[in-house]
Amino acid sequence: MAEVEKGCELFSAGHRACGGCGPALAARLLLKATGENVIISAATGCMEVFSTPYPETAWGVPWIHSLFENCAAVASGIEASLKRQGRKEKVVCIGGDGATLDIGVLCISGAFERGHDITYICYDNEAYMNTGIQRSGATPYGASTTTSPAGKCSRGNPLPKKDMPRILAAHGAPYVATASIAYPNDFVQKVERAINTPGPCYIQVHAPCCTGWGFESGETLNMAKLAIETGLWVNYEMVDGEVVKAKKVRRRPVEEYLQKQKRFRHLFKPARQDDVIAQIQAIADANAERFGIDIKKKESSE
Amino acid sequence: MALRVGCVAPPGKALDNKTGAWRVFKPVFDPETCSRCGMCATVCPEGCVRETEEGTFEPDLDYCKGCGICAEVCPKDSIRMEKEEK
Amino acid sequence: MLEFMEGSHAVAEIVKRCRPQVISAYPITPQTHIVEDLAQMVANCEIDAEYITVESEFSALSACLGASAAGSRVYSATTSQGLALMFEVCFNAAGMRQPIVMTIANRSLGAPLSIWNDQQDSISLRDSGWLQFYAQDNQETVDLHMIAYKVCEDHDILLPAFVCFDGFILSHTYEPVSLPMQEEADAYLPAFNPYQRLDAAAPLSFGMYATPEYYTEFRYEINQAQYRAKEAFVRAGREFGEQFGRDYSGLVEGYRLDDADIALVAMGSICGTAKDAIDEMRAAGRKVGLLNIRVFRPFPGPEIADALKGVSKVAVLDKNISLGSGGAVGTEVKAALQGSGISVYDYIIALGGRDVRKRDIAAVVDLAEKGEGDMFYGLRTEVL
Repeated sequence: MAEVEKGCELFSAGHRACGGCGPALAARLLLKATGENVIISAATGCMEVFSTPYPETAWGVPWIHSLFENCAAVASGIEASLKRQGRKEKVVCIGGDGATLDIGVLCISGAFERGHDITYICYDNEAYMNTGIQRSGATPYGASTTTSPAGKCSRGNPLPKKDMPRILAAHGAPYVATASIAYPNDFVQKVERAINTPGPCYIQVHAPCCTGWGFESGETLNMAKLAIETGLWVNYEMVDGEVVKAKKVRRRPVEEYLQKQKRFRHLFKPARQDDVIAQIQAIADANAERFGIDIKKKESSE
Repeated sequence: MALRVGCVAPPGKALDNKTGAWRVFKPVFDPETCSRCGMCATVCPEGCVRETEEGTFEPDLDYCKGCGICAEVCPKDSIRMEKEEK
Repeated sequence: MLEFMEGSHAVAEIVKRCRPQVISAYPITPQTHIVEDLAQMVANCEIDAEYITVESEFSALSACLGASAAGSRVYSATTSQGLALMFEVCFNAAGMRQPIVMTIANRSLGAPLSIWNDQQDSISLRDSGWLQFYAQDNQETVDLHMIAYKVCEDHDILLPAFVCFDGFILSHTYEPVSLPMQEEADAYLPAFNPYQRLDAAAPLSFGMYATPEYYTEFRYEINQAQYRAKEAFVRAGREFGEQFGRDYSGLVEGYRLDDADIALVAMGSICGTAKDAIDEMRAAGRKVGLLNIRVFRPFPGPEIADALKGVSKVAVLDKNISLGSGGAVGTEVKAALQGSGISVYDYIIALGGRDVRKRDIAAVVDLAEKGEGDMFYGLRTEVL
């Protein structure tokens, strides 16, 4: 724990995130892992907005924001510049799921293909939250958002989450991982591993948004943990494109997770949508199968 | 304060924004039952839970938004959320 | 010593002498030989620079922005659709006050698709905050790059700049060019000294967002820097003249204007044709002159008014059109001459690579003399 505490002041209090904000915790943990010797290239988004209204920056390390979709390209330039100057700061991108899985894909693909020594962190809160909870490529199947609303002839987001880790692993990224703010030390260790691995690395950290998902602010970590315990989120690591480690769980039914969030309320009221719930359960089952996360009898956790 | 070229600023100024004013519920920490695991400090999105000299923990109410995550994660249930009288 | 070379190659040669530390460019949509030549120079260790082979112009300029913020002198080149793809980053780079120099080999914008020359691309970014310099020939193109770095990096300015030269007409044309020795270039343009940079030893947040409380003042500051760039350009242009014998101390440059009754106003390589046409018209006794606008941003309104104060009529040659309004240069020249009593006529000309000959220039002067203007010149009415 002492190790985690080090550098905690680098992301300072006074930022304007909602109480109970998952991404704010992700930012704090990120800087605990990187320490001071880092340059952050940020995408436009909730985190950027709540942490940097001029002149009140919450960032105690060098930080740059240019646009929504270009933080990986900006980081490419920073990395090239540092290399030319013989400087040793680590370069870390941070963007939300919209900036990462949707609008920023071109720049990220280019940066990963070129092999820059950067680490890209996607804080995944599963929709465009800053602008009012619109659907992104990371919004899970069945979730109601303001652009994939449930209605008479809609049962929420009709598409599954885009598999960004696999896309970036396919670019040849030496280290790709998923993490969750429910397991802070695991996330911190993954960031440390990523920034110390030469080449472009990617971490997608699950960071629930109480405002956008519709749950009480104190439940943020519980919700992140439930996502893992239901198999809807899997914490895993890929080295050179191969999954080498995935967190095992005694899985619980997805309903336990869905019922606690307003974005899935239409699946239970006014009438149960058994087929949609079953499809979401099937997604969890497929995750469990792909990553082998189910704890069999007499097998210990991890 | 004169504007800095390019909308650039040095660190530190976020602390001017005392987010404790947002709070509706406040966490009350009980040092007697605290196991000193520090989970409350680790998971605070504000980074405003501090270790005391005794090794227990307390919130910085200047910034605590009262989200209640610390109370939820405390394995000893030694943090309770209390409606704040204003 | 004069060397005979292609315009694009001459640009690459001068960029090399400006010692950029990071070069980032996309090779297509469309591009010139500049970036290929620079890539070869990097491959030959002739330039000590990182060359980033980006996947789009959007990333090209974004990477330049990051490298500049990290403390490197940067360079890119583009044109036409590529510049259009950079639109968002252009506004951003200026607002973030990064002294990026980018060559624009001016070409038209689709649709319809056209790979040929006009100045629609850079002029469409006139509101972006970038300084815009237009070269008449390849020597001026080369020289303006050194001046651009000097002006942009001035700590009182801190703005990016386009150095514009006409696509094909200059970029793909061989002309004799004088290039400085490296030591001479170094003497004129010292090593990059960033005003502020991303640095773990002294952390700063770049590109924060501004509430309504601050936004207007930040935009005002950018605008003020634009106006200060006038003086900085004049100074840098004069210093250049002192060192190299070619003076660029004018934001505008007059040609045979002293006793002129009619003045043409133009930017870029069309000025060369115009000067030849003027010589012929002068020989025939017509009092015609030319005003070349070298610096379009910041716009030299008072300088234009001063240079044209003796004329009665002005004919602006606009190689662009603000659709639904008129030529961008003409519109601004009219504003600059408001209340002067001078009649200003605007001509949309040379779009999408249409050739302009001396007799076209003379025809424009005839139209202006008759008071006919604010029109597309040389429309092929038979196809309409």
